[in-house]
Amino acid sequence: MIGEKTRSELMEIAGRYPQARSGLLPMLHLVQSVEGQVTSEGIELCAEILDISAAEVSGVATFYTMYKRRPVGDYHVGVCTNTLCAIMGGDLIFERLKEHLDIGNDETTPVSPGGGAGKTVTLEHIECNAACDYAPVMMVNWEFMDNQTPQSATQLVDDLRAGKEVTSTRGPRICTWREAERVLAGYPDDRADEGPSAGHASLVGLKIAREQQWTAPPVEASGPTEGDMAAEQAVEQADTARAESETKVQEGTEGDK
Amino acid sequence: MSTPDTLTPVLTDNWDQDRSWTLAAYESQGGYAGLTKALKMKQDEVIEAVKASGLRGRGGAGFPTGMKWGFIPQDNPKPKYLVVNADESEPGTCKDIPLMMASPHTLVEGVIISSYAIRANTAFIYIRGEVLHVVRRLQRAVQEAYLAGHLGKDIHGSGYDLDLVIHAGAGAYICGEETALLDSLEGRRGQPRLRPPFPAVAGLYASPTVINNVESIASVPSIIDNGADWFSSMGTEKSKGYGIFSLSGHVTNPGQYEAPLGITLRTLIELAGGMRDGHELKFWTPGGSSTPLLTAEHLDVPLDFEGVGAVGSMLGTRALQLFDETTCVVRAVLRWTEFYKHESCGKCTPCREGTWWLVQTLARLEQGNGSEADLELLIDQCDNILGRAFCALGDGATSPITSSIEHFRDEYLAHLEHGGCPFDQAASTLFATEEVPA
Amino acid sequence: MTVSTSSTTGDRSTIEDLVTLTIDGIEVSVPKNTLVIRAAEQVGIQIPRFCDHPLLAPVGACRQCLVDVPDGGNGRPIPKPQASCTITVAPGMVVNTQATSAVAEKAQAGIMEFLLINHPLDCPVCDKGGECPLQNQAMSNGRGESRFHESGGTKRIYPKPINISAQVLLDRERCVLCARCTRFSEQIAGDPFIEMIERGALQQVGIFDPDRDERGTSERPRGQSGTAAEPFNSYFSGNTIQICPVGALTSAAYRFRSRPFDLVSSPSIAEIDACGSAVRVDHRRGKVMRRLAGDDPEVNEEWITDKDRFGFLYARQDDRLTHPLVRNEETGELEPTSWPAAFAAAAKGLAQAESVGVLTGGRLTAEDAYAYSKFARVTLGTNDIDFRARAHSAEEAEFLASDVVLRNDVSYADLETAGVVVLIGFEPEDEAGTIFLRLRKANQARGTRVFSLAPYTSRGLHKMGGTLIPVVPGREAEAITDVASNGDIALDRGGLILVGERTAEVPGALRAAADLSRSTGARLAWIPRRAGDRGALEAGALPNLLPGGRPAGDPAARVDLAAAWGVESLPETTGRSGNELLAAAAAQEVRGLVIAGVDLDDLPDPALARDALETAEFVVSLELRASDVTRAANVVFPVAPVADKAGMFVNWEGRVRTFGAVFDDPSSLPDLRILAGIAEELDRPLGFRTPAQARAEMTQVGPWDGPRAEIGTETERAASSTTGADSTAGAFVLASWKQSLDDGRMQDGDDNMRATARPAVVLVNATTLAGLGVAAGDPVTLTGPLGSLALPVGVADLADGVVWAPASAPGASVRHRVGPAGCAVTLEGGAK
Repeated sequence: MIGEKTRSELMEIAGRYPQARSGLLPMLHLVQSVEGQVTSEGIELCAEILDISAAEVSGVATFYTMYKRRPVGDYHVGVCTNTLCAIMGGDLIFERLKEHLDIGNDETTPVSPGGGAGKTVTLEHIECNAACDYAPVMMVNWEFMDNQTPQSATQLVDDLRAGKEVTSTRGPRICTWREAERVLAGYPDDRADEGPSAGHASLVGLKIAREQQWTAPPVEASGPTEGDMAAEQAVEQADTARAESETKVQEGTEGDK
Repeated sequence: MSTPDTLTPVLTDNWDQDRSWTLAAYESQGGYAGLTKALKMKQDEVIEAVKASGLRGRGGAGFPTGMKWGFIPQDNPKPKYLVVNADESEPGTCKDIPLMMASPHTLVEGVIISSYAIRANTAFIYIRGEVLHVVRRLQRAVQEAYLAGHLGKDIHGSGYDLDLVIHAGAGAYICGEETALLDSLEGRRGQPRLRPPFPAVAGLYASPTVINNVESIASVPSIIDNGADWFSSMGTEKSKGYGIFSLSGHVTNPGQYEAPLGITLRTLIELAGGMRDGHELKFWTPGGSSTPLLTAEHLDVPLDFEGVGAVGSMLGTRALQLFDETTCVVRAVLRWTEFYKHESCGKCTPCREGTWWLVQTLARLEQGNGSEADLELLIDQCDNILGRAFCALGDGATSPITSSIEHFRDEYLAHLEHGGCPFDQAASTLFATEEVPA
Repeated sequence: MTVSTSSTTGDRSTIEDLVTLTIDGIEVSVPKNTLVIRAAEQVGIQIPRFCDHPLLAPVGACRQCLVDVPDGGNGRPIPKPQASCTITVAPGMVVNTQATSAVAEKAQAGIMEFLLINHPLDCPVCDKGGECPLQNQAMSNGRGESRFHESGGTKRIYPKPINISAQVLLDRERCVLCARCTRFSEQIAGDPFIEMIERGALQQVGIFDPDRDERGTSERPRGQSGTAAEPFNSYFSGNTIQICPVGALTSAAYRFRSRPFDLVSSPSIAEIDACGSAVRVDHRRGKVMRRLAGDDPEVNEEWITDKDRFGFLYARQDDRLTHPLVRNEETGELEPTSWPAAFAAAAKGLAQAESVGVLTGGRLTAEDAYAYSKFARVTLGTNDIDFRARAHSAEEAEFLASDVVLRNDVSYADLETAGVVVLIGFEPEDEAGTIFLRLRKANQARGTRVFSLAPYTSRGLHKMGGTLIPVVPGREAEAITDVASNGDIALDRGGLILVGERTAEVPGALRAAADLSRSTGARLAWIPRRAGDRGALEAGALPNLLPGGRPAGDPAARVDLAAAWGVESLPETTGRSGNELLAAAAAQEVRGLVIAGVDLDDLPDPALARDALETAEFVVSLELRASDVTRAANVVFPVAPVADKAGMFVNWEGRVRTFGAVFDDPSSLPDLRILAGIAEELDRPLGFRTPAQARAEMTQVGPWDGPRAEIGTETERAASSTTGADSTAGAFVLASWKQSLDDGRMQDGDDNMRATARPAVVLVNATTLAGLGVAAGDPVTLTGPLGSLALPVGVADLADGVVWAPASAPGASVRHRVGPAGCAVTLEGGAK
């Protein structure tokens, strides 16, 4: 059952937009955060709030792959098997996980009979997640798990199922799938400040530039770049350049009038 | 004007700073100076500056950004909207996500300046839903920007109002297509719209709308801050400025390399420490899987819009996926084709039915069950899709197939001779040396 | 060869607006913004297509209509083949279709091949076979053999047809995903209960169905989810079947009944409502197999209601009368007899009764109504005739004489171009579906503002983008008067007023509507509910009107008509209305009745009607099917159903809609032939025996060109404030009307259609609901003068003290079991 709080939050989401229907995608994320999937009740409630037909909501709910029509486990584990990740090992990782968890694609591990800390995991092969420089990549509740191997992947799902705290390789401590869906609905949690600025691969070019003291050119008026300029000086010069270019542009536009 | 350095970090320049995603860190590096400056300019001056810079869309198509803004009919009484396409999903493309994770304020600042220029009072960042932490960082950045007065009513006393909404998608590659994105943002199935009308005239809510890629918008503050000439001093004649080049695959140091447009893959591979030890480049995509494959003979092609176009491919998103000789091209192409089938929105016949069929034909070949005639069938199927589909997704689906048959016809035939794939899958994995499966 | 065409939308195209281009070497000039596919049609070039439909917004989805454009009008070729259904013409453009271009031919053949790979090979058992655009175009533009099957391709498999409503079935394997059906439902009907669901190759048309499994490929056991599906229950759902270019959508009514090549098609006019919609009747061996929408741009475009489409089985029910029946004086039983014997019996009885009145109902053709009108005046010598078999008043009769008869001030085209339309006592979606579609189109395309004086914002009003002017039943007259001074509505700037026949229920309302029209200059149209109403008015089947709009009270008009008819004089005595006639019959002031096509329960006082039938000395009934009237009659004549006769209906516009007989059955006699037979026995003949003769005489008699009767000269201005029921505690006024699909006898025989009717629900406002102590969806008991009925309750924007309930929902007839619109009712939570 979807409660009054959720109903009012759904209405609040619709209210964020110039036209309420724009809220439908985040609203369905919120339904998932409460129901663990997109339920019929959730579809009908969204339809009622947006004054559209349930068929129209169904059309949307069945179009997007993140919306699930079967209950998702505590953790959604995605293995990228798009070409690059597949070739870099994603296929083998996915095979290993299916075997290890004894489930197929888009299936969920059974709840452990005794209850306890045993968490459930839903396994899915996913498409390119924009982390190709970290291939092969896995996602846990849509947090990056970079440069995986079959061993690291099995360890990862074991840790998840055991209820151990798991941290994204370049992100925060991993929350549950339902909590993740709530963030996607536009209700932030407090984890934005966790994790690094960037992963190692994101920085390789910058690192070389720093080593080589390569920079973007200084602004024209400030003269040619000095290859040996120290970083602090570069910043100073950039600030100066900024001030100068501001003047210059203003002059330029004056001239245009 | 001197030749710029080989790498020119601008967008990536603060990614190695401590807590670079925070407003404090961003401002300590001079962040929001562009905004301060822009708010003192007339809107049309901002548009002119972006036009003069020569910035072309960084989402793949390369349309001049300033010109796109200029298309917004300012006499139209409807509200104007800016929508940032942060649905980065093209296989191989992985530049916008690290940018938004490390420096969301670069994008937010770009959004404010760009919205100001086109007189939009509401802007949206449509970000794919599958990157939770990036969504968080954007949400936080927007929250900080409101608190700092960069967003909201009467921004810094300029009289300009802007609201910015972070909108998470829900898993559909097609939403990277700008009109499909608009339908999705309106709470509908993300299927492309008929054009005309173009979004500049009737986009979001049938109102004038600019849709730009993350990297395009994120480039705007630097252009305003440093000047159009500064930007256009980098790059080549028709492809100005810098861009992030994303190397992935069988290269020693995959990752992001920000350089002037026109750098070659040879240079980039050198910077990345060469192909992985003991292996050679076999084929690569210049800008994601929808751009036709190139081979080692194209190492010296200037990576700009014209250079890559001249060799029959496209610069696209500068998503350089590098594959060495251990990789089966048929397997690679089949997997991409499966992706296009999975992501076809279903609206038009050639893409919906064509990808369904292509996968079956390719799979049979990959298993060694087809015949040489199937190659001609594949080419003809592609001919019946290319240029016939409603949007570019269908065209993109044919690129890997036709280009791979062009360059690697023998490898397809080898599958038929071998009765299956002659390659060892394990040899191409990242962990090939750590683990040797049977 | 050069062909010029002008726009059919009513805008007169000037030469400057024309664009000249070349298609397959033929130069053609068409209005600018014309789609290439339409321009090609103008020169007889048929480009294959599936998703394209001229009345739906272009979508360019199927890509079947690709053409080569070697010159885009700028001297340069367009590099890719273009979808001719989405590209507009340009001056100097050169277009080559499949007829002249190998590129276009190959592009089209490629698309056709794609469409067929997943299409089943079940044409031999498919209802569409023989009239299937896919089949036809595959034959003309496709490949001979399938490379997909040759190469061992695997087809997409779905379970065979699923019901998306009780009436409409969907076969997903056959669907080519052109989205005509979903676009119709969204754009035209405003009922988006079918949508594209899933994605890519698994995309399919679907409804919201909680029991559908997540792959959409198989069915779960029904009802597993515990939530009800949202079926495709639209009053216009059948149109999707007709525009489906393949056999994916079929009706339960027609499925497997026939093959197109076994059918004979006859054009006709729907006898269901006052819209005058063109239909095509497909029949085989004397039986109607199906009806389709006819294509009439000026009236119904290409759409009809489900009632028009599926409502034809009433004529084939077991209670259909087949022989004349005469009551045996001794046994008291009706016995079959010969036509001549029945004519004689009727004539004798009527002659003996001396004072006889006529009630005709609203279903007659204009010729039949004319025959009754003349039969009353000439044969029976009376003005006691009334077609209004529902609530009516003297004020209405005057209104019809002063403001409606002979007028055709408002047309469908006017609805589309009007800036503002005010609806009074009229719910278009329920009562005149074609008007609803036009108003919705006007609102969607041009922003036409629709205002409705009604008890609440109905679904139909919502879909027309309309605004409610809330009225309490009984207080309409004041509300109408207020509209004149309402600057927001601004009727005086080219507005239209549509007055529904229900307005007659309220004293003063019709007069107020007429005043509103006069004071604002807004044109007015009267919208009756039945196909024969307007024709009966023109034919003079009213006490105060003679044929051709001649006022019965005007001696000059009587003289004029008497001369035309070749009779000495016409009755001068003021005629009785239907209500007065029945009261007079019950009081034995009138001793004979001739009744045609009247359902007693439609009358304002059914009990009085039954009493009148009981009391009357002699009753002649002309009917299609056995009814309470035939059971009480002394002589019963079976009349021809519409399909068996030629005739005309006059629709609400005043537009004459003629049609021919679908079947030629000499034993099936139209009303006018029966009346002629009786009249001849009485030696006062009508002077015609066939519809054609009657029509010729009607033309000859012609319209009255003398002064019109004026409203309000005889009746007193009724004070509307006295008629509203008291809003004392627990008492409500009942607002009510008949919905499109209901318990009407003309819908008998198609239970699947009836199953798509809207569920009966009692509507109250939120405050009232709270006071009842129940939640929406719970049962409440509505009690009125006729009794009590328990129905689920819902919430609407009704005024305090007003309750709405459907008049005639199947199995829950409020008008039979609770009371008529306007009566006082009480409401209790729970089912009592």
